[in-house]
Amino acid sequence: MHELDLKALGVTAINQKLYHIPKDTNERHWVIRNPMGQHAIACGVDAPLLIDIMGHVGFYCGGMNKEAEITIHGHAGVGVAENMMSGIVWVKGNASESAGATANGGLLVIEGDASSRCGISMKGVDIVVGGSVGHMSAFMAQRGNLVVCGDAGEALGDSIYEARLYVKGRADNLGSDCIEKEMREEHLEDLAKLLDRAKMKHRPQDFRRYGSARKLYNFNVDHADAY
Amino acid sequence: MDTNVPRTPPRKSATFDDYTLAEIRRAASTGIYDIRGAGTKRKVPHFDDLLFLGASISRYPLEGYREKCGTDVVLGSRFAKKPLELKIPITIAGMSFGSLSAQAKEALGRGASAAGTSTTTGDGGMTPEERGQSRHLVYQYLPSRYGMNPDDLRKADAIEVVVGQGAKPGGGGMLLGQKISDRVAQMRCLPKGIDQRSACRHPDWTGPDDLEIKIHELREITSWEKPIYVKVGGTRPYYDVALAVKAGADVVVLDGMQGGTAATQDVFIEHVGLPTLACLRPAVKALQDLGMHRKVQLIISGGIRSGADVAKALALGADAVAIGTAALVALGDNDPIHEEEYRKLGTTAGAYDDWHEGRDPAGITTQDPVLAARLDPVKAGRRLSNYLKVMTLEAQTVARACGKSHLHNLEPEDLCALTVEAAAMAQVPLAGTSWIPGRGGY
Repeated sequence: MHELDLKALGVTAINQKLYHIPKDTNERHWVIRNPMGQHAIACGVDAPLLIDIMGHVGFYCGGMNKEAEITIHGHAGVGVAENMMSGIVWVKGNASESAGATANGGLLVIEGDASSRCGISMKGVDIVVGGSVGHMSAFMAQRGNLVVCGDAGEALGDSIYEARLYVKGRADNLGSDCIEKEMREEHLEDLAKLLDRAKMKHRPQDFRRYGSARKLYNFNVDHADAY
Repeated sequence: MDTNVPRTPPRKSATFDDYTLAEIRRAASTGIYDIRGAGTKRKVPHFDDLLFLGASISRYPLEGYREKCGTDVVLGSRFAKKPLELKIPITIAGMSFGSLSAQAKEALGRGASAAGTSTTTGDGGMTPEERGQSRHLVYQYLPSRYGMNPDDLRKADAIEVVVGQGAKPGGGGMLLGQKISDRVAQMRCLPKGIDQRSACRHPDWTGPDDLEIKIHELREITSWEKPIYVKVGGTRPYYDVALAVKAGADVVVLDGMQGGTAATQDVFIEHVGLPTLACLRPAVKALQDLGMHRKVQLIISGGIRSGADVAKALALGADAVAIGTAALVALGDNDPIHEEEYRKLGTTAGAYDDWHEGRDPAGITTQDPVLAARLDPVKAGRRLSNYLKVMTLEAQTVARACGKSHLHNLEPEDLCALTVEAAAMAQVPLAGTSWIPGRGGY
């Protein structure tokens, strides 16, 4: 394990260190101390590193991550793991707006709550939220899975494409073209795997599934009221 | 009925003209607004309303063909470790793979590279064809983030954060199902054949303070090497440019309402935004007020067609221009050689703007493999290169006539305006007077 003190080094020096760790080294575990809510910490990492960030982080922590397993031992600001490609970003606390926005792959776990627009325009990522998510979550969500163990805020899944949403608590207000769908056996199996990966102790049978009605995929004047 | 009595001839309404009547009938029949490509078709004050004064006794001209007139430009010198060094101040604007064929994107790269300038991706990601043929490639970072990945970000030579575009400031993108081929769908992570809407706002930032943080993230991921552009549509250019500078942009791209689009509602194209000419001086003033003119570079776009337009834009304070529609025309768009096919589509060469339908006979705005194969990227790239070189020669000709040894030495003092409107917008005197509207005096 190697330690990096952000207070002493600054964000750029730490990121550059993470970018230039040789592919064939066994120095895989890095601990970042004193993150102080700074922005863009450990964004753009492109290697199978284990990164522990010991405190709260600002915007875009773990953004565009590839392969790294990043654990934030605190709360995360806007856009945590935005556009993640692969790997894992794990938030021990709560996450602000747009968590996992446009992310293509990997796993984002938020043990606490996530604010509005969680999973906005997600393109293949799996997101598991231990608490609740705010309004407009999964807006225009394209692919992947969003699991919410608490409640979902207003307009869940507005203009959703092919992403799958699982909510254990209340989801009273669905967005345009988002509907409740049948929870079939394959969905229960997928959800069980997601909960297991996120170390969340919930029964898949207690969740409901939501997805696209696919009525807005091609313009039809008779559906104009939905826009 | 007395046929000898003079009759009032039929008189059509200026308000309800033939075009308006046809549009009402079309709307009533289909239930959907008109969607089309290209930029505004209405006549607005433009660079044609300005003239260069040239040299005489009070100004010395430079000898054409013999005395040097520089054309190079450096973009991104504010913060980027590796700014773009271009031979000419005419760049190719962002146009997506999806809206354009892969052959057209390759041709744009070839033409731009041969002329020593940059081309730009679009809302759909970077294709190998385009990257492979582009010496300088600007990667657009858009609200949809279609095709966005850190590998391509790092392969780019510059990054353009798109906030808006001139054809539809405040609007998102649109690519109708007809053009969503397997490859386009795969790149955008969406099903084939559906209408793809791109959001009008970025998903993870709102406002200039957030933009500053987003730019910081992009700089971190690209190791502070790449110039970061911010592109805005022409709406409130003074404030938008000032905020882009405040957010940390290296380059501001300002797109007026003549700027094209692949597919947008006609009502949006024709009724939202400012003409390019009206954008330029407020933008330059914002840079001057901040002490950042020539430090943060300004690229102006929207209806740039000739070396005269280039020279006028630079004289008014821009560092470079970008062309989109004109570049497509150079590749072969709307060429009368396809007139028979244009007529089958219910249009004519020069008016074809149904770029969203994917039936372009020229093989440019299509994903139909048969149509796309008509465009030879090598030959089309050569046409674009020729055109860019002609524009540059034209601009040099004008600059030498004004006594300038570099295009960037052109200045507002070299210009006059033919109309009061153009004089007011460009802040140059009405021809034959010393009067600049808004500044008083005569």
